Formats: sequence, structure tokens, C-alpha cells
Amino acid sequence: MDARRNLLNALMMGIFSLAAVIAVVPLFAVLGYVLKNGLTSLNWAFFTELPGMMGVGGGMANAIIGTLIVVLLASLIGIPIGILAAIYLSEYDRSSWFSTLVRFTSDVLTGIPSIIVGIVVYAAIVVRTKHFSAFSGGVALAIIMIPSVIRATEEMLKLVPHTIREAGDALGIPKWRIILNIVLPTAAKGILTGALLAVARISGETAPLLFTALGNLYYAHSLNEPIATLPLNIYFYAISPYDQWHKQAWAAALVLVFIVIVLNVVARLAFRSRLRKN
Amino acid sequence: MKKKKPRASWGDRILRSASGLTAVLVVGIMIWMGWEMFISSRQSLHQFGWAFLGGRVWDPVHRIFGALPFIYGTLVTSLVALVIAGPIGLGVAIFLSEMAPATVRSVVGFLVELLAAIPSVVLGLWGIFVLAPFLGKVVEPWLGKRLGFIPLFHGAPVGVDLLNGGLILAIMILPTIASISREVMTAVPTVQREAALALGATKWEMIRIGVLSYAKSGIIGSVILGLGRALGETMAVTMVIGNMPNISPSLFSTAYSMAAVIANEFTEATYGLYLSALMEIGLILFAITLLLNIFARLLVWSVARGPKGGHLV
Amino acid sequence: MGNLSVRNLEAWYGAQKALFGITAEIPEKQITAIIGPSGCGKSTFIRCLNRMHDTLPGAKVSGDILLDGKSIYDQHPVYLRKTVGMVFQKPNPFPSMSIYENVVAGLRLNGERHKEKLRAAAEKSLRMAALWDEVHDRLNYSGVSLSGGQQQRLCIARALAVEPSVLLMDEPASALDPIATQRIEELVSALKKDYTIVIVTHNMQQAARIADLTAFFLNGELVELGPTSEIFTKPKDKRTEDYITGRFG
Repeated sequence: MDARRNLLNALMMGIFSLAAVIAVVPLFAVLGYVLKNGLTSLNWAFFTELPGMMGVGGGMANAIIGTLIVVLLASLIGIPIGILAAIYLSEYDRSSWFSTLVRFTSDVLTGIPSIIVGIVVYAAIVVRTKHFSAFSGGVALAIIMIPSVIRATEEMLKLVPHTIREAGDALGIPKWRIILNIVLPTAAKGILTGALLAVARISGETAPLLFTALGNLYYAHSLNEPIATLPLNIYFYAISPYDQWHKQAWAAALVLVFIVIVLNVVARLAFRSRLRKN
Repeated sequence: MKKKKPRASWGDRILRSASGLTAVLVVGIMIWMGWEMFISSRQSLHQFGWAFLGGRVWDPVHRIFGALPFIYGTLVTSLVALVIAGPIGLGVAIFLSEMAPATVRSVVGFLVELLAAIPSVVLGLWGIFVLAPFLGKVVEPWLGKRLGFIPLFHGAPVGVDLLNGGLILAIMILPTIASISREVMTAVPTVQREAALALGATKWEMIRIGVLSYAKSGIIGSVILGLGRALGETMAVTMVIGNMPNISPSLFSTAYSMAAVIANEFTEATYGLYLSALMEIGLILFAITLLLNIFARLLVWSVARGPKGGHLV
Repeated sequence: MGNLSVRNLEAWYGAQKALFGITAEIPEKQITAIIGPSGCGKSTFIRCLNRMHDTLPGAKVSGDILLDGKSIYDQHPVYLRKTVGMVFQKPNPFPSMSIYENVVAGLRLNGERHKEKLRAAAEKSLRMAALWDEVHDRLNYSGVSLSGGQQQRLCIARALAVEPSVLLMDEPASALDPIATQRIEELVSALKKDYTIVIVTHNMQQAARIADLTAFFLNGELVELGPTSEIFTKPKDKRTEDYITGRFG
């Protein structure tokens, strides 16, 4: 009987360890192929030239810049809104039914498929302005990033010791200055981590941009024009019939994955240095 | 608002109302999304009623729209993903929260989060050019030869099919299930584990009675969140499922998913009813994922955030 | 059964040493109280007795502990803990289990499936823990539906059900109100005819009330171990005297 218990124990421990091994296999399989196929296709023209016609030559300069523009726009909209909402939840209203509703809605919002956000923004902005645009793409991505910014920021603000706020109170500093000048800076690194992870997430989003940013073979000259982004290009190039474009899709995937991983690593390093300081 | 300041400063009023406004905005976005989807799909709702859900034909030329093939493809791929990623994700969570020493834990935990960070379009690319040939030339012929008598593994192996979609989804939802289950397990009080150990439990028995049973509802929640993510995932599935509105019992069959048909046909929808039918598919997807997420979040909150008393009065 | 003999026991958390050369005899069927200021190593000591300490990551022990003449390090902790039961500071019933299931959890782990035997064992343990009369008509209720004091007695019943010879108690009453505490103390005194009991307490009066022997720990050392009456009236060591008379701690 006891031998059986020990055996079962060993067996289960083996299974769990195996699960951990299996879980990282796809990561290396995907990263390996992205690296291998991406490196062979990557060249200088990729970064400097516009796409070539009919799958010949060219690069993705416009899409690289487009990704930066759309993500920057989304961050400019999404991060302040997310941080403000978190300030409300942490500093003004911690436990009413309304703040619980906001918190819950925000959590649920993370689970809504991103393509739904795409078609809703399409219906609301693209249909009304009558054209696809970088702006509508930025709004769609902003909606996707807001919940994660809220959650990360709120958790960081909650970690700020209450005594710090009381110290400010005791000095007669108005609440808004305590929040903006004392509480926020104390939590800054954690908030930065959350924001960077949110940026990393939207950098790779494709579905919400299909009907908003749409894609563009050229540079976009204003936020009111359709714009190319790396994820969109990977999709269009991957399902195209041209071999050359498949190669470029791998190159774009390599650049995109590189950006996302760098953002993740930087975010974690920022967080780690915050922990060490405490 | 505990104490009245002599003068409510302008700064306070501004920050309070601005931040309150953004909080309202979050709830507003959710309501607005539901409303916008509903309005946009009214025409289709009116035209087809409930029959839309059971309709097997999707024929824009003859203005006949039925959502069943897409619902079917979505459900089957998500189920395949759940069957694969559920147990593995749970195993990873247990490994990370109960077994691994600190350094292994942080490395493996980081790798799992990196897996979650890989954009779905990149996974789709890998699915088309790496996984599909592998499935079509190696895995599926093998499965067909051994298990071909089961309808599930019947038919010509192509590699771009329900199985590929399910596998890609499994890769995508594994980190979700692993990290949320882990979060829930970490929230289990140490005294629960010690109580089991002190009774003479082996490590596995400790995990079973001290951790898993305590965290049960949260773990179920994490699996449902994974399911929600699988149902709504668009790009990767669109790229590997074959995009044919078939309903076939075989995993080797091409199929279509709800998100994929929206992605593919939305900009081609040339008349109102077509667009409205696509919007209704979006509405169904929205409603399902919304309900699943509400349910799952309540479960996860009950363990990880909520005031559940496992100790003291 | 239930004689503990501790030989030059040392314990570490990582690089930090928590116990220094502890040598002690803990006789069977007596109550031994462990007292001392917080951080003195009394919890670490008691957690060494069922090897709960050395299974922590980074924790280490040296020296030896003999249970009825046999080293506890020669057996697997899983088996040791059947003989050496433990009750924790805060009551920790398994919330997903009923009262009944909590009591028989240990027996089920050991493969007991016979319904009648489990019933009988549950009743016996609950009676010993003086809880039977209060819960016999609601054994299927959740363990966490009980009051704090009842939960703690449930945990004691759970520990008794596997029929250990030693019962370790780590400040079992510290989270309870005075009335619940009194019931636990009565229970502990009644249990000593069958079990060797080692109880950590921060409450000197509690030690004086219930313990046959008292051990005083300070900074990871065992300063003095002797009959409770001697420790409290004429301690041999100056440091014990200082602590007892409230000069520090």
C-alpha cells in the first residue's frame, strides 16, 4: 500500500515536470523557426524600402514606422486613461459597488476577442468618418490595452504604504498633489512595467487592425489614412502566393518578436530593480 | 471624503472627476460594444431569427446566411485546444507553484510568459509553414493508419485543418491556464499544505487535498478563461483552419471559425444583410465570451481576490 | 511509546542558524511546554520533531532526534508524521471537506476505505477532542462552518485520528478567545494519558497551568528544561529567571 503511494507520488511529480518541459517546447520551436527563416530573409532593404510589387523585392519600412505610430497613438490614449482609472479605484473609491463593477468589467474586457474590438471601432469610427485610418487603429489598440494598464497600476498603487499618504495629509498637502507627486512616483516603476507589458501585447495585435488601420503599401501621410503595420503585413504576406513575400513575412515576424521580447525583458528588469530597492 | 477640507481645491476636484470619468468610461466601453454589435446585426437578427444559429448554408451570392459551420469549427478547435492545454497547463502551474526551486521557477515562469507574448499572427505563420506540413506529411498519415477507423481521424491528411487550429490554440491558451492556475494556487494558504503534510501526506497527496481542492473553483475559472480566449482567437486560426464552411466529424477536415469568417469577409461584405450577418456572428461571439468571462472571473476572484475564509471564523 | 530524545540538534534557514546544539529528553505521556520570546527558535524546534522544518526549501538540520530509540531521520517523513501528529497556530481545516471528511482525511490517505471503520474512528477522535457532542448531528457540514475554537478542536481530532503517539502543538490557542482557550487547555490535559504532548506557547501562565515539564528557549538555545514547578519557582539559570519574572521578552 505504501509502496503504491510512493510510486504514485513519484509518477505525479514526473508528470508535472514533464508538463513544464512540454510547455516550453513550442516556444523554442516557434522562436527557432522565426530566427532561422527570419535571419536568412532579413536584409538592409527590409528596413529602408517600401514593399515591391507582386511579391518582388522591397522591404517593410512603412510597416515598421506604421507599427510605431499606431502603437504610440494607442499608448498615448490608453495609458493615461488606464492610469487615471486605476487612480480612481485605488485612491478615491476602493470598495463601493461602482469600483467593484469597474474592476470586474475591466477584467472581463481583457477576455473579449480583439476582433470584436476591431469591428466595433469600425462601426463607430470608420463608418462615420468614411475611411480606414491609423487613428481608428490606435483607438482599437488603446481599448485593448486599457484593462491591463488599469490592473497593473492599481496593484502597484495598492502596494504604496498608507503611511506615505498620511504623512502627506499631515503636512497639509492637498490630496491631488499627494497622489500625483508622492504616490504615483513611488509606484512609477511598477506602473512602467505594466504599461510596457501592455505595449508589448498590442504591438503584435492584428485582428483589431484589419478593419481599422487596414494596411497600406506606401507611407501614411496623416493619421486619417490607412496605415501598414508589421502584424498586418505578416498576415497578408503569409497568405499571399509569393515565395518572396513568405520570406519577408518571416523577416517581419523576427523583427516583431524581437520588439515584443525586448519590451518584455525591459519591463521585467524595471520591475526587478523596483523590488530590490524595497 | 472622510474629512471635509476647509476649501476643496480645484486640483482635487479636477483629478477626482477626471479619474472618475475614466472609470465610467471603462464600463461605458463595454456597454457601448454590446450595443454597437446589437444595432449592427439587427437586420440579420430580424431576417433569420434563431434559425441563424442552426443554418448550415453560408451563401452570400444567394443571400442565405447560417452560422452553424462557424460555430462548429470554433467549438471543435477550442475543445481540442482545451483537451491538450488544460492538463498540461495545470501541470505547469503545479510544477511552478509547488515543486520547482526558486531559480527554475523564475526561468520556466518567464518562458511560459514569453510564450504568451508571441503574437498570434506569428504563431499562425509558423502554423502554415511549419506545423501544417509536419501534420500533413507525418502526424496525420500516422494517425490515419492507426486510428483511421475512428471518424475523428478519417480522411485525407492536408495539415491545414481543425487539428492544426486546435493545436495552435492549445499553444496560445496554455500560458493563460498555467499562469492563472498558478496565481490561484499561490493564493492557497501555506497552513493548508502543512495541515496535509502533518497528517502524513506525500507531496502529491498534499497537492491534491491541500492545494487542488482548495483552489478548485479558481482552477476551473482559469480553464474557462483559456476557453474564452480560444473561442475568440482570430489570426492564428484564420491562417491554419482552411477557411471552408464544412461540418465534418474528422479533425483532418478543413473548417471555418466565427472569428475567421469575420476577418476574411468583413471588408468584402458588399451589401447590408451580408455585413449584418457577419456582425451577428460577432455578436454571438461577444455574448459567449462575455458570459464565459463573467463566470470564470467570478470563480477566480472567489479564490484569488475574494474574502473566502479557509481559516478562522 | 512516544519518548523523544533530542541529540545536539542544530537547524538553519539558508545561511541563518536558528537552533544551536539542542539536547533534550522529552518523556512519554507528559506535557512538555516550550516557552521563550518570539524568534527564539521554539517553533523551529517543534517543527524539527516531525521533520516539517527540514523539508522547507533551503532549510537544513544536523544532530539527531530519536523516537523510542530510533532516529527519525531513518524513516520517510510521510511515515514519521503518522506517529508524530501536529496542530497549528491557526485552525486549518480543509475548507472543501465536511467535518467528517476532515477527521478521516489522514486515515483515507493511509488507504483505509472501510466505511464502518472510518465512522468509528471519526467518532472516537471527535469524542477525544471533546467535539462530538457539538457536531455529531452535522458531520456533513463544511469544516469551516464551525467557530474558531471548534475548528481547532476539529484539527486536533484530525491529528488524533491517525493514532499518533506524539502530538505537537504550535501555539494552538493563540488565535482563540479565552473561553475557547480554556477548552483547549482542558482537552490537552485530558489527552496526556494517551499521548506525549509538546506544546509551544507564548503564554507562561498557560505553560504553568498545563505542563509537566517546561523548556525555556532563548536565541536558538535551550537554556533550561525541567519540571514546570521548578522552572517557574526556582530556575537554575539567571536568564530563565529574568524571563519568568518579566525582566525581558
